[in-house]
Amino acid sequence: MLEINNLHVKLEEEDKVILRGVNLSIGAGEVHAIMGPNGSGKSTLSYVLSGRDGYEVTEGSATLDGEELLEMEPEARAAAGLFLAFQYPVEIPGVGNMTFLRTAVNAQRKTRGEPEISAGDFLKLVREKAKTLKIDADMLKRPVNVGFSGGEKKRNEILQMAMLEPKMCILDETDSGLDVDAMKLVSEGVNALRGAGRSFLVITHYQRLLDHIKPDFVHIMAAGRIIKTGGPELALEVENNGYADLLAEGV
Amino acid sequence: MAVLQSKQDALQARLSGLQFAPGGWLGAARSEALRRVTAMGLPGKRDEYWRYSDPTGLNATDATPVDLFDPLDEPAPFSGVDRLKIVFVDGVFDASQSDALALEGVQIEHLAEAGRADIHWASALYGVLETRGQSPVQRPLAALNSAFAAQGVLIRVTATPSKPISLIYQHKTATSDAMLHHCVKVESGAEVTILENGAAAARLSHVMEVDVADGARFHHIRAQGRAHLRQAITHLFARIGRNAAFKSFTLTANGHLTRNEAVLELLGADSVAHVAGAALGDGDFHHDDTVFITHAAERCESRQVFKKVLKNGAVGVFQGKILVKQGAQKTDGYQISQALMLDDDSQFLAKPELEIYADDVKCSHGSTSGAIDETALFYLRSRGVPLRAAQSLLVLAFLAEAIAEIEDEEISDDIRQRLQSWLARHEH
Ligand SMILES: Nc1ncnc2c1ncn2[C@@H]1O[C@H](COP(=O)(O)OP(=O)(O)OP(=O)(O)O)[C@@H](O)[C@H]1O
Ligand SMILES: [Mg+2]
Repeated sequence: MLEINNLHVKLEEEDKVILRGVNLSIGAGEVHAIMGPNGSGKSTLSYVLSGRDGYEVTEGSATLDGEELLEMEPEARAAAGLFLAFQYPVEIPGVGNMTFLRTAVNAQRKTRGEPEISAGDFLKLVREKAKTLKIDADMLKRPVNVGFSGGEKKRNEILQMAMLEPKMCILDETDSGLDVDAMKLVSEGVNALRGAGRSFLVITHYQRLLDHIKPDFVHIMAAGRIIKTGGPELALEVENNGYADLLAEGV
Repeated sequence: MAVLQSKQDALQARLSGLQFAPGGWLGAARSEALRRVTAMGLPGKRDEYWRYSDPTGLNATDATPVDLFDPLDEPAPFSGVDRLKIVFVDGVFDASQSDALALEGVQIEHLAEAGRADIHWASALYGVLETRGQSPVQRPLAALNSAFAAQGVLIRVTATPSKPISLIYQHKTATSDAMLHHCVKVESGAEVTILENGAAAARLSHVMEVDVADGARFHHIRAQGRAHLRQAITHLFARIGRNAAFKSFTLTANGHLTRNEAVLELLGADSVAHVAGAALGDGDFHHDDTVFITHAAERCESRQVFKKVLKNGAVGVFQGKILVKQGAQKTDGYQISQALMLDDDSQFLAKPELEIYADDVKCSHGSTSGAIDETALFYLRSRGVPLRAAQSLLVLAFLAEAIAEIEDEEISDDIRQRLQSWLARHEH
């Protein structure tokens, strides 16, 4: 599904190197988790994959089902099936959540040459998905993320994911800021989307999320590289011992 | 104080190209207006009130010729709205394109014809609100209009008509120079919507005086013409009674020079005055909103909401003042002016002012200018919305607060449509 090969990334405006040769291969239907100290480059990896400005790829590649992602506009990557749940979801005053969702769904359909979803079908679908995530009608009407609590913003990300049905989902610290119940809701939302060959890359600091969303692989990122890969037990090790030993090993 | 010679010279040159029409109550009103403008002279570049906009083109004896705008396949504004149409071509009434001036609850007369009578209700309005608006700031171009406008309509609203009255201003001659002056009197308990659209002429001078009686409601939605080099000076004067509402929205897309002045007086308690504008400028575009709202009664609410989208060197100006007189307690005054810069070449000049002589009031004003939010743009694109569509969505979002001032949904949809098609035409 997603193949990342020797990816090197620096900031466009400064001579600061952030990713130093990331290799990652995610097969269809797999769930991978990335853990790693603050500032190790996890969000940068997710932004570079989804096409945010400000980064320069100096080496390497990333493909989604064989298609070179890094050459594509962000909207084309989305239409190709890539989705990023932001660590910090963005507020858009003046754009209603509903309008935003419908515009996104229809834009992707159009790019893929599919017909637009009818207003009625769309409404039904949103209401149904919103209900399972406990997002009320008022939140759907309000401007995108404006005045939403931290947890509401994260649930809103998952709602977007549920509506867009991407095949490669990257969740960047979707668990941070969630209370225990919301964490369960969000995990259920994610688990409901598992299967059908859909893959996930879950970035998190806490093993707790991985109790709900069981990963096939856990990777440790440090200083712009993946320094260790293992199974779910690796997350437990981090939870218990921190990164010190792993970092020492990785050097 | 002696009037500057340059202002007098400008006036004399301007007068040489104009024809004074005496006779009737209107002739008397015109003579007085001529006296007013003579005492003031025409505006000069050094006038404080014209600091950000250059009146030269408005003062000039002749209008600078302007190519006609080609709307391509875009329907004219308000085309889908059931309305009573009154058409002016290059500033002159055109009966052949207009509906019969008959609508239940309204009397509509032509200024020139009605002006020949000895007495008329409009004599209590014509030039009267304009005169009130001459202090504390002078508006010579409005007085000039009162003195010379030969065309316009007098609208008296006694009940609530079934549809809006639509004033359509077609521009068909490159050199045309139009002066229009309308009076609208909305009587107690009545409600009316006035629509205006079109460039009118290469140069337009426009005055509308509006009297909103106790318990009456007045709605005004205007889409100014899109000819690129046209120039326009418009004045909206209103006197608002008790428990009444005045709401005006203007869309301005293109235009070499537009100065829209609004002078609104809240004279009765518990009333509202809203004036809003959305302006879109690309290139050789100078757009000026100059607003003066006086709160002279208790518990009134006023809103000024002005949004400008600027690119390629376009200039936006906002001068807005809220004056709260002594005794106008519980006043709620809100003023916002914002510019969205689509590049680094454009300019936004804002001068918000508050002058308050009552102690129990709530007034706020804010003015900002900034670029499109790149983070929001990326967020939209990451969800699959293409760049252009994402930009349009954010521009519309920026303008939303101004458009929300239009109460009628069909009309606000029409305006939104226009904004979208402008954006499509002016993509980077
Ligand atoms: N636009 C930028 N300008 C300056 N520095 C940046 C920028 N983007 C990323 N960085 C830096 O790159 C490094 C990696 O940041 P990144 O956000 O990818 O870390 P992270 O692993 O997601 O951390 P966290 O766990 O705290 O979310 C940090 O040192 C960060 O300060
Ligand atoms: Mg991060």
